[in-house]
Amino acid sequence: MHSHEAVLKVEHVSKSFGPVQALIDGCVELFPGEAHALLGENGAGKSTLVKILAGIYDVDAGEIILNGVPVEISSPLAARAAGIAVIYQEPTLFPDLSVAENIFMGRQPLSAGRRIDKAEMIRRTRSVFERLGVDISATRKARGLSVADQQIVEIAKAISFDSKIIIMDEPTAALTDVEVARLFEVVKTLRSEGSAIMFISHRLEEVFAMCQRVTIMRDGNFVRTSTIEEISLDEIIFSMVGRDIVSVYSRHNSELGDLILDVKGLTRAGVFKDINFQVHSGEIVALAGLVGAGRTEVARGIFGIDPIDGGVVTFKGKKLKSGSPLAAMSAGIGFVPEDRRQQGLVMDMAIDRNVALASIHDLTRLGLIKSGSEKSLATRWASQLQVKFGRFSNPVKTLSGGNQQKVVLAKWLARTPSLLIIDEPTRGIDIGTKSEVHKLLSELVSNGIGILMISSEMPEVLGVADRILVIHEGRLSAEFSRAEATEALIMRAATGQESVVA
Amino acid sequence: MSTFKTLLSGRSRALVRWEFGLVLLLIATMIFGANESKYFLGWQTFFFAGLNFGEIAIMALPMTLIIITGEIDLSVASMLGLSASLLGYLFIHGWNIWLAMGICLIVGILGGALNGALITILGLPSIAVTIGTLTLYRGIALIVLGSNTAQGFPVSFTKLSLPIAHTHIAWDFAIFIVLALIFGVVLHSTALGRSIFAIGLQPETAFFSGIRVKRIKFSLYVVSGLISAFAGLLYTFQQSSSASDTGLGLELNVVAIALFGGISIFGGRGTIIGVVLAVCVFGSLQASLTAINVSAQAQNIVTGCLLLVSVLLPNLTQSFSDTKRKLQRRKVVGT
Amino acid sequence: MGASIFKKTKSSSFLLKAFQLREMGIVIAIVLVFGLALIKNSSFASTASIQQLLSGPSVVILLAVGETLVIITKNVDLSIGSVLGLSAYVVGDLFVHHQGMPIWIALLAGTLVGLLCGLINGLIVAYARVPALVVTLGMLYIIRGVDALLVNGRQIVPSSIPNSFINLGSNSILGIPILTLIAGAAVLIFTYIMRTFRPARDFYAIGSNTEAAVLAGVRVQRRVFTAFLISGALAGLGGALWLAEFATVGSTAGSGYELNVVAAVVVGGVAIFGGSGTVLGAAFGALLLNTIDQALVASRVSSFWNQAVAGALLLVAIAFDRYVALKTELALRVDRFSSSEAK
Repeated sequence: MHSHEAVLKVEHVSKSFGPVQALIDGCVELFPGEAHALLGENGAGKSTLVKILAGIYDVDAGEIILNGVPVEISSPLAARAAGIAVIYQEPTLFPDLSVAENIFMGRQPLSAGRRIDKAEMIRRTRSVFERLGVDISATRKARGLSVADQQIVEIAKAISFDSKIIIMDEPTAALTDVEVARLFEVVKTLRSEGSAIMFISHRLEEVFAMCQRVTIMRDGNFVRTSTIEEISLDEIIFSMVGRDIVSVYSRHNSELGDLILDVKGLTRAGVFKDINFQVHSGEIVALAGLVGAGRTEVARGIFGIDPIDGGVVTFKGKKLKSGSPLAAMSAGIGFVPEDRRQQGLVMDMAIDRNVALASIHDLTRLGLIKSGSEKSLATRWASQLQVKFGRFSNPVKTLSGGNQQKVVLAKWLARTPSLLIIDEPTRGIDIGTKSEVHKLLSELVSNGIGILMISSEMPEVLGVADRILVIHEGRLSAEFSRAEATEALIMRAATGQESVVA
Repeated sequence: MSTFKTLLSGRSRALVRWEFGLVLLLIATMIFGANESKYFLGWQTFFFAGLNFGEIAIMALPMTLIIITGEIDLSVASMLGLSASLLGYLFIHGWNIWLAMGICLIVGILGGALNGALITILGLPSIAVTIGTLTLYRGIALIVLGSNTAQGFPVSFTKLSLPIAHTHIAWDFAIFIVLALIFGVVLHSTALGRSIFAIGLQPETAFFSGIRVKRIKFSLYVVSGLISAFAGLLYTFQQSSSASDTGLGLELNVVAIALFGGISIFGGRGTIIGVVLAVCVFGSLQASLTAINVSAQAQNIVTGCLLLVSVLLPNLTQSFSDTKRKLQRRKVVGT
Repeated sequence: MGASIFKKTKSSSFLLKAFQLREMGIVIAIVLVFGLALIKNSSFASTASIQQLLSGPSVVILLAVGETLVIITKNVDLSIGSVLGLSAYVVGDLFVHHQGMPIWIALLAGTLVGLLCGLINGLIVAYARVPALVVTLGMLYIIRGVDALLVNGRQIVPSSIPNSFINLGSNSILGIPILTLIAGAAVLIFTYIMRTFRPARDFYAIGSNTEAAVLAGVRVQRRVFTAFLISGALAGLGGALWLAEFATVGSTAGSGYELNVVAAVVVGGVAIFGGSGTVLGAAFGALLLNTIDQALVASRVSSFWNQAVAGALLLVAIAFDRYVALKTELALRVDRFSSSEAK
C-alpha cells in the first residue's frame, strides 16, 4: 500500500528501570504521509517508546532505523537533528518570549553582522502558521497561550526544523472539540506534505477519524499493526485489553454501609460542572475518564485543594468547608494524590516523619512532639503495609516507587479516615506491589472505609471498583455498577459518545 | 565505600558534618586568639563578642525559620532602625518609655504583617517584597527621626550595655540564648517545626497534608518583624542613642549568619544549633582578628570566604558523589 | 463559536498591551513626578536642575544595566556595590601614583577591576552551580574587605585627581552631562544588543525556562558566566565614574548600592525571577527613583520622605505586575470555558 520506504522503523526495542520492564518488545513502522496511532492501555509501554525516540531514554536492546540507517538517539538534541519532533501534552515553551522566538530560539534567522533578522523570523513564522492554516499572532508572548495553541507552536517548531517525523503524545487530552478539529486539519496538512505522524491517544473515535494505521501494544509488547479499514473498534479494545481481567483482582465482599460523602452540584468554572454523586462506607467508587477530563480536579475540589465555585459537599451529614484541606482531614477524609513526588511525599524527609506528617498534631504533648512517637507510628504502619526500607531515618526518596506509595498510604491510614480518596493508586509501581495495594484497598472497605478511586487503568477500574462514574469534559457522563460495566461501555462514555447517567 | 554509605544514611548527614566543622572552627579560632593575646580567653572577649553580635544573632533566629520555608526577609535591619527611631522620637516627645516600647513592638508586628500579606496573599516573591519594605521601613525611620539623634534614655535601660549583674554575660547574648532555645524547640520538636521543614522541602505536599502554608509563612514574617523591632529597642538602649540609620545594612549580615550556620538557601534544611554555632564562630573570629589588629572592614574578607566555603563545600562533595555514582553506573552498563 | 480561539478578547488584548507598555508607564510616572514638582517649584525645569536629574542617576543606571542582564538569567548580583567601591579606590590610587595617567586608562582600569570580580562571581555561579544570591553576598563582603585593606584608613582626596578626570564627572557636551552620555550610551548599546543578537536572546530563554533553553541547545553556563562578567565590568566602570563624580573615595564608597540597583531594576519592570524585562526599563526605573528624590527636594518636602516613597513605589510596581498577570490568566481561563460551553 505504501510505495516508499519506511522513514522510521523501531525493531524489538526494550527498556527496563531496575526490576520493572517498561518495554519488552517495541515495534513500529512509520511511512511518510501517514498518521499512525500507537494504542495501548496505561503501562503498555507507549510513553517509554516515545521517550526513547525523543532521546530521553537510551535503549537496552533493539534497533531504531531511520531512513534505512540504524541510529542511536542519545539526547533530545540528537532526536531533533535526526528529524524527530515530539510534542507533549503540555509543551514547555518560553512564556516570556514571542511565539516567533519560541519557534526559532537559538537559530534565529540572521542578516548582515550576525544580527537577528526579526522581520524574516516573523515572516517565516507566519508562513508556517499559514501552511498549517492557523491564526496565532507571531509577535505575541507565549505566556497565556492555550494548551492547544502551545501545541501548534510546537508543531510549527517541528516544521521549521524540517522534521519529517512528528510524534504527538496524547495531544487532544486537554483540548476542546473545536481545538481538536483544528488539530486534525493541521495533521492533514502535514501528511499532505509527506510528514509521518505518530499519534498516541485514548480517544478511539479520534483514531478512526484521523489515522490510516494503528499499532497496538500491551504490557510492553507489540501486539499488532493494521490499517484502519481492517480493524474494528471492538478488535482494538480486545487487542489492548487481551487478558482475563477478573482473575487478577481478588475482592472481599463487603456490606454497603452508611452514606458518607454526598457531592451535589459541584462546579469549578472552566474545569468541571454540576458533579453529583455519593460514596458509602464499605464501597469503592471509581472515577473513570480520559486524562484531562477533570477527575483529579473533582477530587481536589472535594478535599479543598482548589477553591470551588459552586455546589455542596456533605460529609457524614455535615457540610464540608470548601477550600480547606485541614477541614476535610479533620472531618475524616484522606487524599492520596496523583503525583507522589510533588504532592504525596516530602522526598528529602525521613520515612517516619513522612508517615507522621499528616498526624503530627496528634503526636504532641504540651505542644511538643512526643519523643519516638513518629517512629512508633511509622513502625506500626510500615509493618502492616510491609514497607521495605533500610532505616526510618533514611529520606523517603531512597525507597522504590511501590514502597513510596505505601508510605503515602500509611501517612493517611494513620489518621484512620472514613473516606480515602486515592488518585492513580498504582501508577509507576511494579506488578507485585500493585496487587498488594489492590488487596489493601479491599481490606480497607471490608473494615468499613469508603474509597473514591481515580484510575486511568481500565483493568484496575473494572477489577477493583463497586461502582464506576465516568467523567467526560468536566461532566459526569455515566454511572455503571460493577456487574454492568464493561471496558467498551466505559470507553464510550469517557469519549462522550453516549450519555447514560442514571 | 561503607563509610560513605553510613554517611548517606544518617538523618541530614550534611548538616551533622557541617555543625561538626563549625565546632572545630570555633575551637581553632579560640586557640588562635588565645595564642595572640593572653586576655583573649578572659571574660571581656566573651562579653564584647556577645555585645557586638547580639542584635544580628537575635534577628538571625526568625530569619532561619523563614529561609527554611524557602523565603527570605531582607527588611529586618530596616525594621530595627525604624523601631529604634520611633523609640527615640516618642521618648524625645515625652512619652512614657514603656508605652513607647510597646508601640515600637506593635509597629514591628504590623511591618511583619505587611511583608507577610504581600507574600502570602498576593503571592509576590519575598526577595522583591522585602527589598521594597527594606527601603520603605528605613524611609519611615527617616521621616520619623530625620537627621536627629535621640539620646538621654533612662539609665535603668541603658544599663543593658553592661553585663548582667554578678556575671560577665552580655544581656544581648543571654537574650539570644534564651530565644535560641525557644526557636530550637519550636523548629525541632513541634508540629509547627515539622511543618516549616515540609514547606521548605515540598510546599505542595505540605499543603496536601493539611499544613496551612500561607498562615505559617505569614506568622513567621510577623515574628520576624516583632523580633527585629525588639532588637531595635535593645540596640538603642545599648548605644544609649538612636538615629534613623541605626543598623543600616545589617540585613545581609543576618542572612550570612544563617547561611553560614548551615541553613540551605533553597529551604528545608538547617538547625538552630548550627546558627548558634555560627554566631559563636563569628564572634570568636571577630575577637581574635581584632586581637591581631585586623580592621573591622578587612574582617569582611573572612566573613565572605566562610560564607562561600559553606556553600561551595557541600556542593563540591555533592558533585563529587554524583560523578562517582555516574562512573559506577557506567561500569554496570559496560559489563 | 470557534472564533473566540482565533480572536483575542478585548480584555486580554488590552492587558497584553499593558505588558508591552511597561516602560511607557514608568516614563509617564517620571513625567508626572516632574510635572508635580514643577508646580511646586518652577526652578525644577532650569537647565541646571535638569542636568542634575540626568547625571545624578548615571552611575546607578550603569550598574542597573549589568544587573538587568544577570536578573534576566534568573540570577542576582549583590556584589556590585562593593565592586564599585573597590574600583573607585583602585583608580584613585592609580592617579595618586601616576599623576599623568590618561583618562581612558583610568576608565579601563576600573572596568578591569570589575571584570575580575565578575569573573570570580561567574565562575562560581555558572560552573560550581552555587546559588547566585549566596555567592554574590559572600563576594560583597570579600571585595569590601579587600577594599578596606587597600584603603587602610586613607582617603583619596580631590587634589590627587587630575582636573581633566573630575571634569568627566561635572562637564557637559552640548548641554548634556558627560556622565549621562556614558550611561545613555551603555543603555542604548545594551538595549540594541539584547534585542539583536542570538547569544543575548539566550539570556531571556534561560531565565524564562531553563529546561527548555537546554533543549533548544542554549549553552546555559557560558551565558550566565557572561552575564556576571558584564555586570562586574559595568560596576567597575561605574566605580571609575563615581570617582570622577565625587573626586573622593573612602572605604565605604558604594556600600548598600546593590539593593538600590536591584530596586531600580525591579521598578523598571524586570521580573525578579528572570526571563523578562529590558535594559531600557531598568534605566527608566533608576531615573524615576532619582527624579522622585529630586522632586521631593525641589518641592521642599523633607528629603527624608524619598526613601519611603521609593520603597512604596517598588511594592506598587511588583504588585501591579502580579495583578496584570493574574488578570490575564483569569481572563484566559474563563474565555476558554465560555468557548467550550457555547459549542
